[in-house]
Order: sequence, then structure tokens, then C-alpha cells
Amino acid sequence: MTYTKPLPQADDLVMQPFWEHARAHRLAIQRCDDCGDGHFPPSPVCPHCLSEEQSWEPVSGRGTLLSWVTFHRAYWGGFIPDLPYQCCLVRLAEGPLIVANFAGDKPSHLAEGLPVHAVFQDMTDQFTLPKFVVE
Amino acid sequence: MTQMDALKNKVAIVGVGTTEYGNFPQFSDYALGAKAFKAAVEDCGIDKNQIDGLVCCRVPFYARMGEVLGLNPRWTLQMPPHGRMSGMAIIEAMLAIETGAADYVALIYTNIGRSRRVNYGGDEAASIWDPWGFTSPGAAHAMMFQMHQNRYGTTTRQLAEVSVAFRQHALLNPDAVMKKPMTIDDHEEARPIVEPLRLLDYCLINDGAVCVIMTSAERAKDLKKPPVLISGVGARDAFSHCSISNFDENFWYDEARDTANQVYQMAGVGPKDIDGLMCYDNFSPTVLFSLEGFGFCGRGESGAYVEGGTLGLQGALPTNTDGGHLSNSYMQGWALNVEAVRQLRGECGARQIKDCNMIQYVAVTPCTRSIIYSRA
Repeated sequence: MTYTKPLPQADDLVMQPFWEHARAHRLAIQRCDDCGDGHFPPSPVCPHCLSEEQSWEPVSGRGTLLSWVTFHRAYWGGFIPDLPYQCCLVRLAEGPLIVANFAGDKPSHLAEGLPVHAVFQDMTDQFTLPKFVVE
Repeated sequence: MTQMDALKNKVAIVGVGTTEYGNFPQFSDYALGAKAFKAAVEDCGIDKNQIDGLVCCRVPFYARMGEVLGLNPRWTLQMPPHGRMSGMAIIEAMLAIETGAADYVALIYTNIGRSRRVNYGGDEAASIWDPWGFTSPGAAHAMMFQMHQNRYGTTTRQLAEVSVAFRQHALLNPDAVMKKPMTIDDHEEARPIVEPLRLLDYCLINDGAVCVIMTSAERAKDLKKPPVLISGVGARDAFSHCSISNFDENFWYDEARDTANQVYQMAGVGPKDIDGLMCYDNFSPTVLFSLEGFGFCGRGESGAYVEGGTLGLQGALPTNTDGGHLSNSYMQGWALNVEAVRQLRGECGARQIKDCNMIQYVAVTPCTRSIIYSRA
């Protein structure tokens, strides 16, 4: 079956390692080799010290729930069958924020600060999407 | 005292012009821009050939705009089609006039988003969050309002007070797009878009154009109408943590506080001296964040503050008396600055604020700006 939702942008080279790690079922952020600053989304230079020497580092996948919303409108046709669907905002234990979805149905109890962890859903042969489970 | 503070009351808005607001597939950006420009020129009685500064915002191409209007400025600035640009543009024009880079600046904003069916989400605004289906400025504001609810117990009925107050103002404004009365229950029952936000929390999308003409307070004395002076300006951007567009986990509170300190110090006033507020309202929660950040109420207290019609014409802080982006027109801050001028001139008819001496414009966004206007 054809996958009709948006795929990662092929020309966004700085994000490619994130998606490669996701395919291997790892969540990863960018970390500066010089100053140690960890950041996500990634950047062509370290926003803290401007070093060009940066690496991708797998992280724990654990974090806390910061917020969530429910889409009742689909901005892409591929999301129409999912309506209404949720997006969540998570602060990773390592610091950066990430927007994602809950894995499975909307959790019955939601509150800011709930512990969550990442799980990985293979959407196509080439593409895996990290999602979060409320613990 | 900063060097910026010395610019208090040195530069004025002398002419304003607006088009009709609506759905105009027959008009180009340039046609609408020309209408607004012509209205602003007539408003201040200037010879258009005296205009030697041009700011274009959302206009596709500044040179074509200048060609259409027969202008050859010595200072030109093009700004992108982002909502946060109006305050930035007016402050830039103030600096250009003060330094002598230009004597008379025309600032032109055009928008044909309605007739051209602009969505503000999906492939129009690609981001790294697309694979999860997270898109649109409205979703970012929904994410923030959910946090405001979680942290402070703010309710959607309190949020409704914002939309209801602005709709009441729109009913008093013959130019406004929205003509139908709205109650708090209407807001609560409206179609959800990205929950917790509903249709009536979202700004309009409509076509139209605005023009503002500025010059020095000294030169302003020779023009047709009493000048409206720029008494204070403030600014702070938040780029270092903008990985999620139009989102800030503290609702830009620190940036708004910083901007408030600048604008109130320069103008020599505080929130209690403001007769009317023109508050950027892309989405209704932005108004709550602005009220807290600029000190009109305490942090986390905006929900209770707006209850009972505080933002209405008869309330403690008349806000967006033209109906704002929610109910007048989506002119991305530009029409709010025009409304500030018209209020200070006493031109607002049924929606006129009594004894109006000082109006503040605020836009709480990743580029937070504020301007305090006063009568000469």
C-alpha cells in the first residue's frame, strides 16, 4: 500500500542521521564534539560555540510530557483517515524538545510532566517514526 | 536612558489608508497596495513625490510597487510576509527618518491570501515535524494554550472572552469582515480545528492592504491632520529556541517583559497609563500571553483578568477596538497600528475610546515588538 503521509524531507541533509538512527530504532540528538552541547533539531554548526565538529548521539528515549493537541483538520490528505489525531510535545531527558505522536490511542490520562518513553513504528521499508508511550 | 529613548516623540505617523477587506480575486497585491497608498496620501495631504522612503511588506516585489506608484525613493526596505513584521517595519522607518535616510516614508502592506486560498500549514510551510502531522501556527498556539490550562487552570470560556470582546468591537466597525454577534457559548460550540483551539480562536484570512505614512514630528506639523507621535518602542527576538515555529514553552514571557521594560521606559509611562491596547491576535491565546508579559495582569492570571468584558470598549482595557485579526481583518498587525492612529485622532465613531491619549501596540511572537503612540 502506498504511504500517503509526509515523508522526511529528502533534501534536509542535516536531519538524515536522525532518520537513519530511527530506522535502527534509536532516538538520537546532535552533540557538539568541542563543547558538548546537545541539541535538537540539528544545526549545521553548534549553536553554542559554532563548532562544525558535531556527532549524533543515541539518547535514552525517556522524557516528560510537556503538552499535546488534537488535530481535527488534515493539512495532508494522508491524515484524513486518522482524524482526529494527537500530537505531543516531549522534553527528552537529555534536554531538547521533540514533537511526535502518542503510540496507539490517545492516553486516557494526560498531564504536564508525565514520564514517557519512545517506541518505534516502521511506516515503510525505508522510514521509521519515533512515537511516545505514557508510562 | 538609552540612545533609543532620545527618539521619544521625534517621529510621527501622519497618514493612514486602508482598503476594503474581503475576497478580491480581481485585484493584485499591487492594485490593493495602490488603493491603500492613495488613501494614505489623501489622509495626510502630502504630495506623493515628496515620499523618499518605501517599506514593502508581503508585497511581492518592492520595485514593481514603486513603479506602480511612480516613486524613486532613496531608502527602500522589503520585509517578508510574516505576521510579526508590522511593528518591526514601523520601528525601522522611525530610525530611517531620525537619521535622515528618508524624510517621508510610506509603508505598504498587501495580502491576497483569501482569494488565493492560503492555508498556513501542510506543504505551504514544510518543517521537520511534518511526518508526525504537526503543522500550522494554530497548532503551535494550541500546544501553548494547553500548557497555559495545565499550569494556571485557564479555561476555554475565559479564552472565549477575547474573541467575544473583539467581535463586539467589529460590530461597531463598518469596515470589519465579521458582522455576526458572538457569545461565549458560540465560541465553546464552534468547530474544533486543533484542540484545545476552535474556529473562533483563529484569525480571519482575508484580502486587503494598509498604508502608513511617517515623517519627523517637526515636518508633521505642516500636514493635514494632527500627528500621532511614537513615544516608545521595544523589541526582543527569540530565535535561539525557535525549533518549533511559533512556539515558546514560556509563551515569550521573558521577551515580552524585556520589550515592556524598553517601551515603558522610553515613553515614561506604565500599563496603567494606556487608554487602549492594540494586541496582535493571530490566535486568541496570544492576547492572554501579551496581557501577562506586558504587566496588565500577573503571570498566569490573564484568564481571570479578561472575564466580564475587561477588553471591551467599556472595560478596564479596551483592546482591538477595530475587531482585531479575529473579527476585523487579517492585516497582520498593520490594521491595528492604523486603529491606534484613528483612536488617537478621535476618528472611530461608535467604537471611539473616550479621552484617548495613549495607545499601545504589542505583538508577542518570536519577534516581540511594542510601540506606544500618543497625541501631539
